[in-house]
Amino acid sequence: MATLSLRDVKKSFNATQVLHGIDLEVNDGELVVIVGASGCGKSTLLRIVAGLETPTSGQVVINGRDVTGLEPADRDIAMVFQNYALYPHMTVFGNMAYGLKIRGMARDEIARRVQAAAEILGIGPLLDRKPKQLSGGQRQRVAMGRAIVREPALFLFDEPLSNLDAKLRVQMRAEIRRLQRRLGVTSLFVTHDQVEAMTLGDRLVVMNAGRPAQVAPPMEIFSRPADTYVAGFIGSPAMNFIPASLDQGNGSARLPDGTLIPFADGPRPGTAGTPITLGLRPEHLEPGDGPGSIPLAVELIEPLGSETVVHGRTPAGMAVTARLNGAFSGERLPVRIAPAHLHVFDADTGRRLDPA
Amino acid sequence: MQRKVIFRGRILPIALLLPQLAITFVFFFWPAGRAIYQSLLREDAFGLSQEFVGLENFQDVLSDPNWVNAALNSVVFSGCVAGLALGIALFLAVQADKSLRGVTVYRSLLIWPYAVAPAVSAVLWLFLFQPQVGLIGRWLNAAGVAWDYRLNGTHAMILIVIAAAWKQVAYNFIFFLAGLQSIPASVLEAAAIDGARPARRFWSIIFPLLSPTTFFLLIVNLTYAFFETFGIIHALTSGGPGQATETLIYKVYVDGVQNLNLGLSSAQSVILMVLVIALTAFQFRAVEKKVHY
Ligand SMILES: Nc1ncnc2c1ncn2[C@@H]1O[C@H](COP(=O)(O)OP(=O)(O)O)[C@@H](O)[C@H]1O
Ligand SMILES: [Mg+2]
Repeated sequence: MATLSLRDVKKSFNATQVLHGIDLEVNDGELVVIVGASGCGKSTLLRIVAGLETPTSGQVVINGRDVTGLEPADRDIAMVFQNYALYPHMTVFGNMAYGLKIRGMARDEIARRVQAAAEILGIGPLLDRKPKQLSGGQRQRVAMGRAIVREPALFLFDEPLSNLDAKLRVQMRAEIRRLQRRLGVTSLFVTHDQVEAMTLGDRLVVMNAGRPAQVAPPMEIFSRPADTYVAGFIGSPAMNFIPASLDQGNGSARLPDGTLIPFADGPRPGTAGTPITLGLRPEHLEPGDGPGSIPLAVELIEPLGSETVVHGRTPAGMAVTARLNGAFSGERLPVRIAPAHLHVFDADTGRRLDPA
Repeated sequence: MQRKVIFRGRILPIALLLPQLAITFVFFFWPAGRAIYQSLLREDAFGLSQEFVGLENFQDVLSDPNWVNAALNSVVFSGCVAGLALGIALFLAVQADKSLRGVTVYRSLLIWPYAVAPAVSAVLWLFLFQPQVGLIGRWLNAAGVAWDYRLNGTHAMILIVIAAAWKQVAYNFIFFLAGLQSIPASVLEAAAIDGARPARRFWSIIFPLLSPTTFFLLIVNLTYAFFETFGIIHALTSGGPGQATETLIYKVYVDGVQNLNLGLSSAQSVILMVLVIALTAFQFRAVEKKVHY
């Protein structure tokens, strides 16, 4: 049972501000994923929660207790590092038992807990090995084991899967999810990988340059991105952005070439002619001729097996990506914009514009 | 896969090796061979005749109470020098590692002693510890300690230990600092999160991870204290008072150069040579086998 609250957490390294006021509530048993481009301050935020960095201002509250001034040892947390950070001179057993020994736990209780954790993670036969005798995936499991034997209030993960190969990454991802559900430990997971974020998180925090751009469940982030940054970051291939302006009583978007696209869900607020950005995911461009269809000049075809990604250009010279079911070949691809899937953003602020 | 560099013919590789081989021969194998040869001979008092005596010189050396005294002195001296030099260097390196910012300044300051000639550093220590004019010497006497290394053998030993250790601290510091900096920060952070306070982190993580470095330095320091401290001892105490600070290497000098007993002195040199070869071999084997993390 544990909750985590971050209250207006800010962090500067010398003159550069890295975190610009983060507020976050993590509920008991929830897994919240912090996702964002490299260098946006994810690790810094996690290290502040762990007590490895001190925030310039703001508070970290675990289970209603303000821990901002406490040492990592006094926060009842466990952390899994990207490079695993195993103790190289200790066996797997020693690595997992270290934290328990420090707490003065009885030997047989330590052995019981380590055995149980090793059982869960399938590393029982490795307990006598040293870290350098393990594969990447096995080290990863030991690092997990070291975290779970402690039975902490909070799990922190800093890109724990980044050093694994693709197949193992998918497998460990599912395993972490299962384990976290089963143990019900409140968790904060940092990654730069949007697929990891979408599949793991109960909720995501999409970070943009030290600010939380959106905090929401994965599907909401995908279907209703709060701004163009989130819209472009989540989803692969990335969303197409098309400049336009409001027209017809704000009920339609006018493209630069004069084409009018009516909004399916009602007029947007604002004055006529306001510049906007239209967002359309590649999978929502439907191939087909007819009125309103845009003929794309095909530049690159990426067959993915069941789908094909087509990179092309509009007659106005704008790069557009489409994702089609099945195979495709050809020089030209006429596509239609499906108005129901259109995302509308303010061109100046990048914020999402919902129907008034 | 290792790529071999291949020279055509034999002349070039041999020509390239020749200077190194020549130096090794002239400055090591030849004198070493002479010492071994000499250790089997006995000269008369005037150096006019030599006779072959087999291992008699060695028997004389090993049964000489003065030699046993020098051996004991060497053990005490080397142990103290290595312990002191390693302890101080490790302490300083840990402090430097904590505040990486000042490290370059700190590092260059600490390297200086290593570049100071033994005689110069001896004079420096004399200035400090001389009972009448030395800064610390006078202060000790004023504080009621009858400090005089020229009369008191223990004091003399303390003085040469300090002087010899001081010179080695710089070298040890560099290696310890490099060792400390090669420990990933995240490993120490993981230990902190696991609940280990700084002292516990030091003894359960840092110290064991430094042990290959410590072991290497221990051998280097022992070798240094055993074989390379002649200059310091000569300048500070000349082995006295009595024979309180006469180490094995110093006794070789006394017997060979002052007493002109070449056979006895050579036998001692050969014993020391065997010792240094053993130490070095031990070090190489250990470095090969010892845990690498
Ligand atoms: N100890 C530090 N000193 C100075 N700058 C730092 C320090 N740690 C991180 N930064 C800077 O803070 C920013 C965010 O870093 P980080 O939190 O590691 O990003 P992320 O984990 O999202 O890739 C980066 O620009 C980085 O250079
Ligand atoms: Mg990071």
